[in-house]
Amino acid sequence: MDLTLHVWRQKGPKDKGRLTTYKATDISSDMSFLEMLDVVNEGLIKQGIEPIAFDHDCREGICGTCSQVINGDPHGPQARTTVCQLHMRQFKDGDEIYIEPWRSRAFPVIRDLVVDRSAMDRLMQAGGFVSVKTGGVPDANTILIPKDDAETAMDAAECIGCGACVAACPNGSAMLFVASKVGQLAKLPQGRAEAARRVCTMTDAMLEEGFGNCSNHYDCEAACPKGISVKFIAQLNREYFMALPKGHKEKN
Amino acid sequence: MPLKHVIRSAVGRKLFMAATGIILFGFVVAHLLGNLSIYLGPEGINAYARQLHQLGPILWIFRLGLIGAAALHVLFGITLTLESRRARPVAYIRKKHLRSTLAGRTMIYSGLILATFIVFHLLHFTFRAIGPQIEMLDGGVVNVYRMIVDSFRQVGYALAYVVAMVVLFFHISHGFASLFQTMGMNNEVTLPWMGRMSRIIAVILAAGYVSIPALIFLGLVIK
Ligand code: HEM
Ligand code: SF4
Ligand code: FES
Repeated sequence: MDLTLHVWRQKGPKDKGRLTTYKATDISSDMSFLEMLDVVNEGLIKQGIEPIAFDHDCREGICGTCSQVINGDPHGPQARTTVCQLHMRQFKDGDEIYIEPWRSRAFPVIRDLVVDRSAMDRLMQAGGFVSVKTGGVPDANTILIPKDDAETAMDAAECIGCGACVAACPNGSAMLFVASKVGQLAKLPQGRAEAARRVCTMTDAMLEEGFGNCSNHYDCEAACPKGISVKFIAQLNREYFMALPKGHKEKN
Repeated sequence: MPLKHVIRSAVGRKLFMAATGIILFGFVVAHLLGNLSIYLGPEGINAYARQLHQLGPILWIFRLGLIGAAALHVLFGITLTLESRRARPVAYIRKKHLRSTLAGRTMIYSGLILATFIVFHLLHFTFRAIGPQIEMLDGGVVNVYRMIVDSFRQVGYALAYVVAMVVLFFHISHGFASLFQTMGMNNEVTLPWMGRMSRIIAVILAAGYVSIPALIFLGLVIK
């Protein structure tokens, strides 16, 4: 099939950037979206044009690196699917496709479709962990965890940290990402101990990194390639409320 | 946790939005129930108005509480919205709204229109600085029934109130559902029907309010 692509080209963080139109011809419907871009890039290189820069790594939907807003939809039209797992059969011959980077103050564009997502790492450093003393491996099942709790924690742990929730949110909020970490760790006995401090430091870090505030629009859940539920945002709010009496007393 | 910190936090301020939202919502419900006494005729609403004013100092405590809640709600509503605007300096050229609603995305506009309406409404019926000539009853009390009916016979007043209540519908249709999420009361059972319930409640409230100016203007039921 033949497609018309409108791709965001931006030379660097300081460049203003603009949409540029390219033709993608003889695309097979079995190709993945990234393979289609590889083909387009080969054509551009032959013509002596800089190829389109885009992020990718695992190409199997687990690393969270591929980050493109396709026709206004982070990770494209197929629900619960990363860009690398999106196939061209989702499009039809003659389609016009708009490709833009994640847009957020916290994710400055490095080049074309590549953004700097280290703000997400700093959110994790602010509290997305459990402080344990390492030592010998403990025996299995020494800490019993109810099955429901284990499953809920696993649902939250599906998050791959891709940032599509931020890209989709009308407010550029990272609430779903942070809520998945807060929700996952608070459900497990190992993480429960630091739950109050974690919810405070992580929500503070969100504001410092320049993410917006959650207004309960739920575009994040619809865009999330792992289908993380906004019920974890309700849980984050609940955790924050419960942390009010203690929270920052334990800081540091 | 120090209050200062809660107020700086985005989640903390949302808790204030929710708490003040509950107070304002409670007022909207109570005010509607009071207003519906107009369907009992002049005796009904005039008796309601007299009773309300006999509360004296208690009425003032309620009023001050409401003013405080409204002020915090407006202040945090504006700061939260401005911060969120700053979070996306370069807009998308194409953007789909996957789940969010128009009502949700325009909370600041519906809110600011409501704030303007509240000032107008107080000038109209509380301070009586605007509106038609007031008629006094025996004992120096205002004939509230006549005041309302005379106002809503005029197309301008009737229309202003109807429009404001449609805006209220938009604000509550997102706000009511939003409350439960902010207060952390949602889970996989409540989430699927929360949005619909919120719209139903907003329709009921708005319809209740709209009925009064609409019926009076059309010369039906309330004459
Ligand atoms: C009759 C008066 C009002 C009622 C009943 C009301 C009710 C509510 C409720 C229940 C919420 C949801 C809070 C939450 O998300 O937890 C809300 C949100 C909001 N209200 Fe109001 N409100 C009123 C007036 C106003 C006014 C005068 C403003 C003016 C600025 C305003 C601005 C906002 C904004 C911006 C939000 C969204 C905050 C966010 O999620 O980021 N509201 N309102
Ligand atoms: S919550 Fe979903 S959209 Fe957000 S970072 Fe995690 S996987 Fe990506
Ligand atoms: S490239 Fe790893 S998730 Fe898409």
